[in-house]
Amino acid sequence: MIRTISVEEITNNIKEMCIEANHYLSKDMEESLKKAAGQETSALGRKILNQLQENLQTAGEEMIPICQDTGMAVVFVEIGQEVHVEGGLLEDAIHEGVRLGYSEGFLRKSVVRDPLIRENTKDNTPAVIHYEIAAGDKVKLTLAPKGFGSENMSCVFMLKPSDGIEGVKHAILTAVKDAGPNACPPMVVGVGIGGTFEKCALLAKKALTRPVNESSPIPYVKEMEEELLEKINMLGIGPGGLGGRVTALAVNINTYPTHIAGLPVAVNICCHVNRHAAREL
Amino acid sequence: MDKYITTPITAETTKGLRAGDYVYITGTFYVARDAAHKRLIEALEKEEREFYARLPKRDKNNGNLAQPEEEALKKKLREALPFPVIDSAVYYMGPSPAREGRPIGSAGPTTASRMDKYAPRLLDLGQKAMIGKGKRTREVIDSIIRNQAMYFAAVGGAGALLSKCIKSSELVCYEDLGAEAVLKLEVEDFPVIVVIDSNGNNLYETAIKEYAEII
Repeated sequence: MIRTISVEEITNNIKEMCIEANHYLSKDMEESLKKAAGQETSALGRKILNQLQENLQTAGEEMIPICQDTGMAVVFVEIGQEVHVEGGLLEDAIHEGVRLGYSEGFLRKSVVRDPLIRENTKDNTPAVIHYEIAAGDKVKLTLAPKGFGSENMSCVFMLKPSDGIEGVKHAILTAVKDAGPNACPPMVVGVGIGGTFEKCALLAKKALTRPVNESSPIPYVKEMEEELLEKINMLGIGPGGLGGRVTALAVNINTYPTHIAGLPVAVNICCHVNRHAAREL
Repeated sequence: MDKYITTPITAETTKGLRAGDYVYITGTFYVARDAAHKRLIEALEKEEREFYARLPKRDKNNGNLAQPEEEALKKKLREALPFPVIDSAVYYMGPSPAREGRPIGSAGPTTASRMDKYAPRLLDLGQKAMIGKGKRTREVIDSIIRNQAMYFAAVGGAGALLSKCIKSSELVCYEDLGAEAVLKLEVEDFPVIVVIDSNGNNLYETAIKEYAEII
């Protein structure tokens, strides 16, 4: 049976998700930030973590975006192959949702039409959209507004298979160390290992949308996530990069099969305002 | 240690502050980020070209000016800027739009390193304070020392909370840049941390070393 979904429904949901994600953090992020304040040994670090709590409260109560960088909208669309979209193009519907969300929600317009000519599009479009065709008759939308303070500190390493797991850990620690105070720590570290050059970057981005209290289902990857989080929190960077224990809230790693000759690793860093909203239609 | 200061921020002010001090600032901030800085520097370059073009040939001397000409050039350059640069505090920030009845939207700091290319030029003309977040280059640190200036960090990602310290906001110029326009803000007890003081001490380096358990 083919299920029909209208473009209006897509647009409305995207619009609401833009506003929601920029004013309220997900429960897992909120809890993890709360827990962090209890773990911080630096007095200044604790002060900063408390300000971040207060900031979240002010944002939600007074409808002021959590961060002024309300991001470029990244949208993951999982569309069931039994779904028929009616009334226009799915792609247009998503951009329209972003346009409405950013203008009606008093969100900052941070997108330029051309990377070198740099003229602001004034409505935060276009979004960056990733489609996946799935089984079933549902559409799952995940919207993650991505700020560029941390995006700018992200990187891809094309390692050799002989670099092995130690090489991967070293690459991740290097990326976090280089990011330091620029990425607004405490950060969330999204990692993609395997695939191709672009696939590992996408895995890393998607890893950021996984709840911070959920581990990888693969036992050795879960172990690596835990070990890296511990090591990152020994780097001394701390909240705001001003010294301390809480440098990262989570390391989320996604993996994918790769080529016999390669070991791509992408590290997508996100600040403590790791925003995402997800809905199933 | 918590300290309270007001703008204008003079060499006297910066002399009394050290990397690591927690400071509340009251007074005027000028807001400028990437695109605005690019225009400010272009305005200075244009003024400078015109100044040299007007000089009699014998004074050109490979760009090395005598003291009175040097001062005359600095005066011209300061006048070419859209705000009084001497002892000013520039906040690296691009706010979200204000809801009705509010002076501004979310208003936290942006990454300062993107202004590194431009900052020494403005510090040399008298700007004293930079407010942003993240690392600075050696050139900027040298310029801070040379000009007895200061780099403060505000807490990144606390834009809603910081906006509560902003009492008014008015457009200065470059409205077409949208969120990147130059603004004049009146702030009250705006919380910042001294990261690089006028002696070049850098909290990002010392504090991380203090807490690092691995390298």
